[in-house]
Amino acid sequence: MEQIKTLSLQQSCDVDFIRRVEEASEQKVSKCYQCGNCIASCAYTFVYDYPVNQIMRFIQLGQKDVVLRSRSIWLCANCQACTTRCPNNLDVARIMETLRIMSRREGTVSEPDIRTFYDAFLGSVKTFGRVFETGLLPVYNIKARKPFTDLDLAPRLLMKGKLTFIPSRIKGRKKIAEIFERLKFHRNNGFSRKVEKGRPHSSVPLTTQTDI
Amino acid sequence: MRRVAYYKGCSLEGLAIEYDLSTRALCEALGIELVEIPDWNCCGSTPAHSYDPLLSAALAGRNLAIATRQGCEVVMTPCPGCLKSLKGAREIRENPEQRRAFLELVGMEIDERIQAVSLLQLLHEEVGVEVLQKLIRRPLTGHVIVPYYGCLLTRPAQTARFDDPENPISMDRLIQATGATVPDFPYKTECCGATYGVTRNDIVGKLSGRILDMATRLGAEAIVVACPLCQQNLDLRQDQVNRYCKRTFHLPVLYISQVIGLALGIDPKVLGMDKLFVNPDRLLQDIEGAGNQESHISQSP
Repeated sequence: MEQIKTLSLQQSCDVDFIRRVEEASEQKVSKCYQCGNCIASCAYTFVYDYPVNQIMRFIQLGQKDVVLRSRSIWLCANCQACTTRCPNNLDVARIMETLRIMSRREGTVSEPDIRTFYDAFLGSVKTFGRVFETGLLPVYNIKARKPFTDLDLAPRLLMKGKLTFIPSRIKGRKKIAEIFERLKFHRNNGFSRKVEKGRPHSSVPLTTQTDI
Repeated sequence: MRRVAYYKGCSLEGLAIEYDLSTRALCEALGIELVEIPDWNCCGSTPAHSYDPLLSAALAGRNLAIATRQGCEVVMTPCPGCLKSLKGAREIRENPEQRRAFLELVGMEIDERIQAVSLLQLLHEEVGVEVLQKLIRRPLTGHVIVPYYGCLLTRPAQTARFDDPENPISMDRLIQATGATVPDFPYKTECCGATYGVTRNDIVGKLSGRILDMATRLGAEAIVVACPLCQQNLDLRQDQVNRYCKRTFHLPVLYISQVIGLALGIDPKVLGMDKLFVNPDRLLQDIEGAGNQESHISQSP
């Protein structure tokens, strides 16, 4: 049986966290009055550790640690059901996305496989300009140490001619890689400065957790 | 008739190649000229906006900026994931700070006139059900087909600005135009498991399982979709879903462009019907039978 956690709300309330979530998501989280429309609409509660309405309440209470370490924020598929049905017009899915990004920065990702998959995806985009589907899976399987993922699909894909062994590389792939590099540089140094041509940008690997 | 910029997105180069084939064939038949965006890049999809919203806007927006240079005012994409990213990129125009950041990242600007639409929206609003009805050569009369929209075609409503976010009917109407019977599908906007096929296969097993179950209960011969990811989860992964649910679903999952293309009389091979994993044999045999009969009749006088 799972242990019941006791929280001292006064001690652990991080007021700055509430402000940061509201600012980054452009949503007034305090408007949530726990009607439960979001949890009633959510198809993912069965895999969440905290249902979405509880995540909303935890934000209001400044429970940064609970929220940013929750599995729920990484298992949310951004399907927009909660956003569509919130009577206060809160973009709940956007709040969940904001939390995902924050947990990445704080290094508190509790579903590392999902982040690994996303990073492999972005790595492919950065290298080729497009996603190389056939190459993506082996990269994920190695990095996540799950070598047999989707291996059952390979023969059927091959039979249908849907496995391509040469990535489709675009001419402007260097420009795409530059977008990634510039974004990292600007996130570290601010966007107000003018970009100087030929100026070396800080090169931080995509998988680090504090690179944004 | 109309010239639109075509952004097919990465899936349509690989796992969803039949969506590309059928979209091109259908648009040609309907007199829509597709101008593929030169040297287009990936929109970044879910991984980009889970990393940084500005990365998503920059990646998707670069394509909009190139399309503008081609003199196009409408960008059409068959993929709802790409659509969401393209529309998101358009929206940053309204925030001066983000607009400046975009310019610094991409080095190009997005023209304010440019619009991003889905293939479904183009078919429903530009071509229209009435026009389509008149073009039907091989009616799908008697076939029961359910439409599955998934999450992003009409959501979030403020961004999508198309159809109804809770009960969309555009695809229902388009399929009805082919003569097929379209029952009310209560799971038409329930999530299929999205990107978790690889990382959390159990999620797709459960969520796609209940969609296949409901379609089977309604007596459907096929599910029609407009999203490459939904199609992948329901078709390519149908065996995995069967193993997870301990069921034996055998339900073809066609793209909207394929089903309309068939009804217009386009060769199934051209529509990439042979690329589907669950074979739509029954549907094809019947249609081909009807098609032969029709050509026989037209030849007799």
